Amino acid sequence: MLTNLFPALKLEELWQATYETFYMTILALVGTFIFGILLGLLLYLTMRGGIWENKFINLIVASFVNIFRAIPFIILILLLFPFTNFLMGTIRGPNAALPALIIGAAPFYGRLVEIALKEVDKGVVEASKAMGAKTRTIIFRVLLPESMPALISGITVTAIALIGYTAMAGVIGAGGLGNYAYYFGFQRRDFDVVLVCTIVIVVIVFIFQFIGDYIANKIDKR
Amino acid sequence: MISIKGLQKIFTFDNKQITAVDQLSLDIQEGEIFGVIGYSGAGKSTFIRLLNRLEEPTEGSIQINNQEITQLNKKDLRIARQDIGMIFQHFNLLWSRTVKDNIAFPLEIAGFPTAEREKRVQELIDLVGLSGKENAYPSQLSGGQKQRVGIARALANKPKLLLCDEATSALDPETTNAILDLLVDINEKLGLTIILITHEMHVIRKICNRVAVMENGRIVEQGDVLDVFLHPQQTVTKKFVEQVMGVADESESIHHLINTYNEGRIIRLHFIGETTNQALISQVAKAYPIDINILQGKITQTQRGAYGTLFVQLKGDSSDMEEAVTFIQKNTSVEVEVIRDAH
Repeated sequence: MLTNLFPALKLEELWQATYETFYMTILALVGTFIFGILLGLLLYLTMRGGIWENKFINLIVASFVNIFRAIPFIILILLLFPFTNFLMGTIRGPNAALPALIIGAAPFYGRLVEIALKEVDKGVVEASKAMGAKTRTIIFRVLLPESMPALISGITVTAIALIGYTAMAGVIGAGGLGNYAYYFGFQRRDFDVVLVCTIVIVVIVFIFQFIGDYIANKIDKR
Repeated sequence: MISIKGLQKIFTFDNKQITAVDQLSLDIQEGEIFGVIGYSGAGKSTFIRLLNRLEEPTEGSIQINNQEITQLNKKDLRIARQDIGMIFQHFNLLWSRTVKDNIAFPLEIAGFPTAEREKRVQELIDLVGLSGKENAYPSQLSGGQKQRVGIARALANKPKLLLCDEATSALDPETTNAILDLLVDINEKLGLTIILITHEMHVIRKICNRVAVMENGRIVEQGDVLDVFLHPQQTVTKKFVEQVMGVADESESIHHLINTYNEGRIIRLHFIGETTNQALISQVAKAYPIDINILQGKITQTQRGAYGTLFVQLKGDSSDMEEAVTFIQKNTSVEVEVIRDAH
C-alpha cells in the first residue's frame, strides 16, 4: 500500500476524502448556524438599549466570543482534545472534528449575526412593539426574517472559513481533503495528490459561494 | 375617552437631565381628530410615544377608555397596545413581507386564524385603496402607498384609537393630501379617534377638530382649530398660523389698498368657519344695488368650514352699502370691519 497507488484506488480515496470534507463542513455549518444565531441574538438583545438590556450577560457573551475568536484554530483543536474525547469518545475521524469546528466558527458567525441584527430598521421593531408583539414574535417574525439576506451572506463567509478549518483538522487526523493531501500527497511526495485536493477544495468553496449568493439575492426584496 | 394628567418624561444622558414632556394634561374626546403641533424638539414625538408606552413615562397618568395605561403590567400592556393603532413617518413596514402579509402581521400577533385573517386583510386593502397591490413588496410601492399599508396595518385589529407620528412628513404635498383625506374618511366611517403630531399647520388646518401647540415639552395653547387660527395667543402659535395664512402683518398692504382704491368703501370680511355662506358675495350683490370688487384676501378650508379674510371694495349709494354691511353682520357669521368709509 505504501509503494504503488493505483489510479482507481486514488479516485476512491479522493471521493472518500471529498465526502468527509462535505460531511464535516455541512454538519459543522448547521451547528454554527444555530449557535451563532443564539450568540448573535444574545449580543443584540442584551446590548445597551436592547430588549433584554443586561450589561452582565452581554459582557460574558462578548468575552466568550472574543476569546474563542482570538485562538488560532489549529491550537483550538489541540486545546479541545479532552473535551472532544469526553463528548465524542474519540479524537480521530470527521465526527471528532465537529466540536472544535463549531466552537471555532460559531463566535465568528455570532458577530456577523449581531451586525446583521443591528442593521434591522429600529422603526420596524418599534412598530412591532406598538402592535403588542411578544419578544418571541419580534425575534422570529421580525428580526430574523428582516436580517435574513445578511444572515445568509454571513453563513456563506463562515462556510468558506469552515472548509479551511476542516483541512487544518484533517492534518491532525480528522479525515477529509486536508488529511488526504497531507498524508497521501505531501508526506509521500505525491504532489499531484496535493494539487488535485487543492482544486477540489477551490471548487467546493465556489459551490458554497454560488449557493449563498443565489439564496441571499433570491430572498432580498428590499 | 383619553385623559392625560401631569404627564412627565425626563431623559437622563451622562448625568444630565432633559425634560422632554413637562406636566402635560390633556383630554381628548371620542371620535375627534386631535392635532399636536410643535417644532422639532418640542417633545411632541416623545408625547405620542408615551401614550402607548413606547417610552415609559417618568410621572403622570394616561387613561384610555377608562384603562390606566401607566399601571399595566407587560402582558396587559401588550394586549392594550393591540387596541391602539400607530402609523409612522417612515412607515416602518417589514420589507420581507408582501403588502398582504404586512397587514396580516398584527392579526398574527393577536392570534387570529388564517381564514379570518385573509378576510380582514382583503377588507382593509379595499378600505385604503390598495386593491391589486396585495402581493407587492414595500420596495415596489410609492411613499403614499406605503403609508396606506401602514394605515391598513394600524387598523387591522379594529382599534378605537389611532396614533399618527408625523405620518405625512415624509410625503410630497399631493400625497399628503390624499393620506389626510383617507384619515378623515376612516375617522368618519369607523368613528376612530385620531391623535396626530406634526410640524405642518396645513395638516392641522385640513383635518383636525382640536389642536394643542407644544413648546419645550408643554402645551402652551389649545382649543378648536378655528379659534386657534383666529386668535392665536402665543408667538409660536402665530408663527404656525402664518405658515398657512401668510404673514399677519397687513398694515402696509391695507395702506396700499386705501391709496389705490380711492372710491367707495373698503371693508374687511373675516370668515370664521361657516360653510352656509359661501355664496356671500353674490348674495349681497344680488340683494343690493352695489358693486363689489374683491381686492385681496386668503380663504382656507378647515374641518369646520372656511377661515380667512377678504378685503372688498363696495361702490354704490351710501345707504345701500350701509344696508349690505348690516345684512352681512346680521345674517352670517362673517365679521365685518370697515377699513375706510366712503367719502
